[in-house]
Amino acid sequence: MTKIFKRQIFIPIAAMLALLLFNLIIDPSFFHISLTTNNAGDPVLSGNLISILNNGSELAILALGMTLVTAASGGQDISVGATIAIAGSVVLKIVCGANEVSVGIVLVAFLVACLVSMAFGAFNGALVSIFKIQPMVATLILFTAGRSIAAWINNNAQINISDPKFTYIAEFFPGLPIPTPFLITILCFIIMALFMKFTNIGLYSQAVGINENSSKLNGINPVFIKFLTFVILGLCVAVCGLIKVSRSRGITYSSIAENIEMDAILAVALGGNALGGGKFNMTASVIGAYVIQILTTTLYKYNISSAALSAYKAIVVIVLVVISAPTVRRKAKAVTDKIKANFARKEVA
Amino acid sequence: MKKILAIVLMAVMALGLVACGKGKDDGLIKVGIINNDPNESGYRTANDKSMKDQFTKENGYDASFSYSLKNDEQIAAAQKFIQDEVDYLLLSAAGTSGWDTVLKDAQKAGIKVILFDRTIDADASLYEASIVSDMAKEGETAVAWLKGQNLKEYNIIHLQGVMGSAAQVGRSGALDATAKSDGWNIVKQQTAEWSAEKAQQIVQSVIDAKTPFNVIYAENDDMAKGAVAALDAAGISHGVGKDVVIMGFDCNKWALQELLNKNWNYDGQCNPFQASYIHDIIQKLEKGESPAQKTIILDEKGFDAATITADDVEKYGI
Repeated sequence: MTKIFKRQIFIPIAAMLALLLFNLIIDPSFFHISLTTNNAGDPVLSGNLISILNNGSELAILALGMTLVTAASGGQDISVGATIAIAGSVVLKIVCGANEVSVGIVLVAFLVACLVSMAFGAFNGALVSIFKIQPMVATLILFTAGRSIAAWINNNAQINISDPKFTYIAEFFPGLPIPTPFLITILCFIIMALFMKFTNIGLYSQAVGINENSSKLNGINPVFIKFLTFVILGLCVAVCGLIKVSRSRGITYSSIAENIEMDAILAVALGGNALGGGKFNMTASVIGAYVIQILTTTLYKYNISSAALSAYKAIVVIVLVVISAPTVRRKAKAVTDKIKANFARKEVA
Repeated sequence: MKKILAIVLMAVMALGLVACGKGKDDGLIKVGIINNDPNESGYRTANDKSMKDQFTKENGYDASFSYSLKNDEQIAAAQKFIQDEVDYLLLSAAGTSGWDTVLKDAQKAGIKVILFDRTIDADASLYEASIVSDMAKEGETAVAWLKGQNLKEYNIIHLQGVMGSAAQVGRSGALDATAKSDGWNIVKQQTAEWSAEKAQQIVQSVIDAKTPFNVIYAENDDMAKGAVAALDAAGISHGVGKDVVIMGFDCNKWALQELLNKNWNYDGQCNPFQASYIHDIIQKLEKGESPAQKTIILDEKGFDAATITADDVEKYGI
């Protein structure tokens, strides 16, 4: 039993259960899922839980990459929101440049966006690994410049794309009642899991994050590993960019994926990962991402006055982070141990 | 060595004089334009473009531009323009306060200041004119239109912009007042911070809660678009003669196109084309006259899907 509590993944799962329990008590209809048809006449699932799985996708995908970067470099990439804007802008540039939206053109657009995002990831990675700049400082460059670059790619044009073939990506494929972004997330998760299984990248990033010098002595190239984690994050960013522009049917350069970098870092922290690098648990980060989304959806549902929304979010986040802090957990464990010892003594007596 | 230096310096000064003389001789009116970042929104992009199209060499202007969303950077830019001895300073301030000192400097240097788009907290004697939108009136026009629809009942989802911005305060105020006086039911009032994505999530949460509604009052076009995406996914019809009335603001070209296709019902204009008004004022001031009013309220329309034409989309779309 104590083993479960000690597991890293316990924290985000407990947070998730607490939020779901709160919803169950206040309003059980929160869990209602129904099968309806959308305006195109296709069957779709709807309900709060589906909305959570749908809207949490981008954050979950980002959490995958962010966890690796955190583990290897001991810092976070704060430019992901801005680079999502760049990736989205690239996708729209190509899709709108074509006469007609087709599967082929969307695929080409996505592949180009992947290359561009990986290039920007490589830029961040090079600054961090080769020039040894702190990740938060290095990524500050693109954090500041990224949205202007995104606007420049499309000459600051206001884009509105309503072709259903393009919006399938963030909504539903005809005949498939599960939201597409959730399917994409599962796919990303599987690819990432396979990649980690067959390449040892997970082990290497941990080693680099724990002690760079000793990993070097063991034949790992820390510069390359750090660089690689940023490139992988770039790939995650490209996927998010594609979903985001499809979701908002266009792009507003200054506000697309706004503050998502903070939520992504929070997801990693909620997952119980050390933000200073080293050991990590990717599944925990993904659950952390969905915890944030459950929180957002819950707050929207209960008509929290708009001005107070972020304050409520902050309170919940503080509680979650404090509970999951190692010192607090150690103290809590000491207290429970004491109580147990007392009980034992009484029984003996 | 000293002699050479003296000669070089003299040459530089002479050149400087020549350059100054040239600036005065070509008859161009020198304007320094301080604006917000054009990436900020479609409205700002259109606003910046209208400025660039108006203040050209062909129209008799020598214009320099400076962009920032930060007040202190804008003030620094204003100081630079004063040093450059521009004739007119055109200003769309990021923040309302802190402008007194720099505007007094401008006045001392004989530079005339014209405010556009945003007002500031400074003495009215420090500027010649201010050209602004009346956001409260935009809201009132929209709400009056909604009232004119004579719906059987009003169950409204109200999507607000960034709280505290002039556009949000004006557009929310009008709806709040009428909802109170006419007993309209606002089922949801929340800020989506101008973002399509957040608007979509908010509307989705109302749909998931199975709360009935028949009007979406979104304070900009992006949020209306997000709301419509949520309706589409849930199989709820919207537009002219359908279940839900869709209202937006800003008159983006694509939004007016939605009106033309009868998917939306109403779009309120927020006029970004201020350059021609400024041009008129400058021409008057050049002739030695003063503008008729200090504060000029822009002419703004509201479009109804039932009456909008393809020409309107071209003419008023931004």
